[in-house]
Amino acid sequence: MKQIIFYFFSFFALFMALFLILTKNSIHAVLSLIFTFILTSIIWLILEAEFLAMTLILVYVGAVMVLFLFVVMMLDIEEVIKKSKFVKLWPFVIFIPMFLFLLTFYTYNHDSSSVTINSILIQHSVDYNNMRELGTLLYTRYLFSFEIAGLLLLVGIIAAISLTFRGKVGNSHYQNIRKQINVSSKNRLKLKN
Amino acid sequence: MITLIDCMLFALILFIIGLTGIFFNRKNIITLLMCLELVLLAVNTNFIIFSSLSGNLEGQIFVFFILAVAAVEISTGLAILVMVFRQRKTINIENLNILKG
Repeated sequence: MKQIIFYFFSFFALFMALFLILTKNSIHAVLSLIFTFILTSIIWLILEAEFLAMTLILVYVGAVMVLFLFVVMMLDIEEVIKKSKFVKLWPFVIFIPMFLFLLTFYTYNHDSSSVTINSILIQHSVDYNNMRELGTLLYTRYLFSFEIAGLLLLVGIIAAISLTFRGKVGNSHYQNIRKQINVSSKNRLKLKN
Repeated sequence: MITLIDCMLFALILFIIGLTGIFFNRKNIITLLMCLELVLLAVNTNFIIFSSLSGNLEGQIFVFFILAVAAVEISTGLAILVMVFRQRKTINIENLNILKG
């Protein structure tokens, strides 16, 4: 049963990924990438990485792909995109996948060849909690890296805003911080008899 | 029973599709960024496969950090893309050769 689910979702995910690289419409590409993420997160669930599967859906489908959709909407690309010179690059397209296939099978044959994922996953007890284990590791041994990742996200926010900010437009509303600090209760509150 | 080679082949084919997409769509930079996401997804899947194979959670920690860094990278890249489009009215890669790199 688990195997049927795995095959179904992996074939569907690969089909969606193929559709992504073959389509010419950018909106269709974004939607198929969203489908690929959701289906791959189901495969991650089968592999018992529950926290990361949920993170993939929340971070990627919820934030990054919506960003992509916004950019595709904003840029409004209407120019006809011609096919590139595929002929010039055919050695890469053929030899790199072939090399990777050979590498995978070589690694697999030199490992124990009848390993199944199920036989490993059964070892967990019933009250095993992936999120708790991950959090324990993240907040103790990898605390410093975790802080650095947070700092990196802050840098990303500042970079994205400062790159796209075009300055104040004439009659737009914005905070006047000096005015806000200097305000006192007398200016705001009037007592009337 | 899901065997190891099935999972590895899934990640490998996902990686190859992403790589082929980078070679294939060399005009549209948005599709190029999406193919990059596909490649990262394949790498993350491989990390998770071997993390659950060895019962070692450090692979999943690594995937967590890859997700964070990829999110930052994509948001900055899209900001740069919007800025380039504002200035040059096109996002065709072959026109982005002003630096002569």
